[in-house]
Amino acid sequence: MISALIKILIFPGFLFLAVYGLIFEYLDRSIYARLQNRVGPPWYQPLADFLKLIGKETIIPANANAGMFRVLPSVSLAAVTAAFVYVPVFGKKASFAFEGDIIIVLYLMAVPTLSLFLAGWYSRGVYSTIGSVRALTQMFAYEVPLFMALLSPSLIASTWSITEMAEFYSQHVPYIFLNIPAFFVALVAGQGKLERAPFDSPEAETEVVAGALIEYSGRLLAIFKMSRDCELVLVASLISAVFLPFMTGNAVPDFLLYIVKTVAVLIFLVVMRSAMARLRTDQMVSFCWKYLTPVAIFQVILNLIVRSVL
Amino acid sequence: MSDKTDTGKNRVVIPIGPQHPSLKEPGCFIITLEGEKVVDAVVGIGYNHRGLEKTCESRTYIQDLYIIERVCGICSHTHSTAYCQGIEELAGIKIPPRAAYIRVIVAELERLHSHLLWLGVAAHEIGFDTMFMYTWRDREKVLDILAEVCGNRVNYGINTIGGVRRDLDDYMLDSIQKTADVLEDQIKYYLDLAQNEPTLEARLSGIGKLSKEDAIKFGAVGPVARAAGIPDDIRVIEPYAAYGEIPVNPVTDTHADVFGRTIVRIKEMLESINIIRFCIKNLPAGEIAVKAPRRIPAGEVISRTEAPRGENIHYIRSNGTDKPDRVRVRAPSEANWHGMNHMLKGQYLADVPITIAAIDPCYSCTDRAIVLASENGTNVTGWQELRQYSIEWYKKRGIDVASVKIPDKKIIMNM
Repeated sequence: MISALIKILIFPGFLFLAVYGLIFEYLDRSIYARLQNRVGPPWYQPLADFLKLIGKETIIPANANAGMFRVLPSVSLAAVTAAFVYVPVFGKKASFAFEGDIIIVLYLMAVPTLSLFLAGWYSRGVYSTIGSVRALTQMFAYEVPLFMALLSPSLIASTWSITEMAEFYSQHVPYIFLNIPAFFVALVAGQGKLERAPFDSPEAETEVVAGALIEYSGRLLAIFKMSRDCELVLVASLISAVFLPFMTGNAVPDFLLYIVKTVAVLIFLVVMRSAMARLRTDQMVSFCWKYLTPVAIFQVILNLIVRSVL
Repeated sequence: MSDKTDTGKNRVVIPIGPQHPSLKEPGCFIITLEGEKVVDAVVGIGYNHRGLEKTCESRTYIQDLYIIERVCGICSHTHSTAYCQGIEELAGIKIPPRAAYIRVIVAELERLHSHLLWLGVAAHEIGFDTMFMYTWRDREKVLDILAEVCGNRVNYGINTIGGVRRDLDDYMLDSIQKTADVLEDQIKYYLDLAQNEPTLEARLSGIGKLSKEDAIKFGAVGPVARAAGIPDDIRVIEPYAAYGEIPVNPVTDTHADVFGRTIVRIKEMLESINIIRFCIKNLPAGEIAVKAPRRIPAGEVISRTEAPRGENIHYIRSNGTDKPDRVRVRAPSEANWHGMNHMLKGQYLADVPITIAAIDPCYSCTDRAIVLASENGTNVTGWQELRQYSIEWYKKRGIDVASVKIPDKKIIMNM
């Protein structure tokens, strides 16, 4: 019981996720700045931002639904934290694993986006409404390729558990390379999931100011931002667990390897963010359906064929 | 009719401005949306009126130079050039050739920094922050040169009536030359980027269309007109300063959209570098200024220059004293606003900021107080009436400001 609580709350659960999330935000901003010929923030900046926001006054708009407005940031963070316990971080196994946990993780990953939508919707502002509608529209675009890409490796491994999938691929290394198209689809769709450039139109500063989160301030905004950072860690961990399941078998080197893999995924996401202009929502939707989804379908068919041959 | 009410329900009115991250100065755009499509746009400017033209009438010609320089923070040189050459024409002064060349060099450096600034702003509007950082980094190089040449990064203060105030020495010419070389490579890279980066093209092509006919109809000037294929460049059609002796190739494009305007601006920067190189090579020796009289003979003059944003017109009327009777500034943005409503209609909301930014709007240059003359005569509200109106306006909303006493100074009453 106590060990389970420690696993959920401290390591590799919530506390680790939060700290790693802040480190990720620092790395994200820092690499982004370097790519733009800037210096970037000092290492403690994300923590300082977080603490500053915690101490600020929280203003709830008069028109907003106060209950929903308060609850949604926590729902978002809780969903990300819950999803993270099923992703292997320390050792071969995730803290908790069962047959079918990848489905749970994918469902839980949709919750932050839905909370963002509801947060914007219940804020009752013009910009927040437009931002949240955009977030939901994008969700219908990236969700399908992202799900197909993340689930297609499980066809070869014939399991729905992330832990068992990772174990299967670490024993059958050549199969990893079969999933390269899905890997890229997952990276690009994951960028959409995280609402980062070029898919950041829900929070496009120059169009809808801050999008769905425009009315948020103080502690509630801090929690939303934290859930953002944690989501980034979650997506990077999930992608590296599914598509880069290289393991040594010992817990400590594996943990170091986990960090290397997730940071590599992060670097890819940052380079993508810095190298492109923001796509309009309609362009993003047609890009996802025209290019990402066919590649994902191709991967599913390929994996089905490979599976029947095996 | 029922159809109208049906669509009316789905419409959302969203204000962009007066305070909005995509606007660098206050302006208000009331956008009516149907889904994400713009069905109507109202352009509201006038938040930045500073009364510069009126101020000019109460100061001497040389003091006005200071005010005219501050019409625009970005293209201050083009305004002071237009103003100076207007007065020089009234006074019958011919500026020395070296002064004319120095004016051209500063004008082209200003064009470089203005276009680099625009490129950064445009990239930021479409969420391409990397390009924004790169262009503004390069813009710093131009500003450094301008600081070296003029002593100021913006508001250069180099023009004076009768010539220029500072001479260029060999060291400065050398550093301008070196910066131009570095910038040329960078600008070529941006041109390549604009033409080959797919997301840039996706966001810029077909946005903010203003065809050749429409550009003529709405009286568009500068890069907006040139992107529609109109070779409208004052440097060529009515050469001023030393432009008559310098080969200038007006850059035009046929895209007639934001993409075309981007290409035109980037190519114009390359052209500016060529002009700067030519000027440095052929810089005549001699005086940099001639003495100008304090009292300017009576008369009126229209002076035109090519600002980075387009044609800039100054009208000056003199009554023979040391103060102008009237100064009228028609900044280029003023001409480009008229087509804005046309450009915005039918766009997606996401394209509104870049469409507005694409004319490189300068809000404070544009804002003027105007008196509308109708058949019933003009309707001018005096200071007292205006004050009474505002008191009643607040009273209606439950605020009584009548208890506040403002001393009615004579100057205010005279307005």
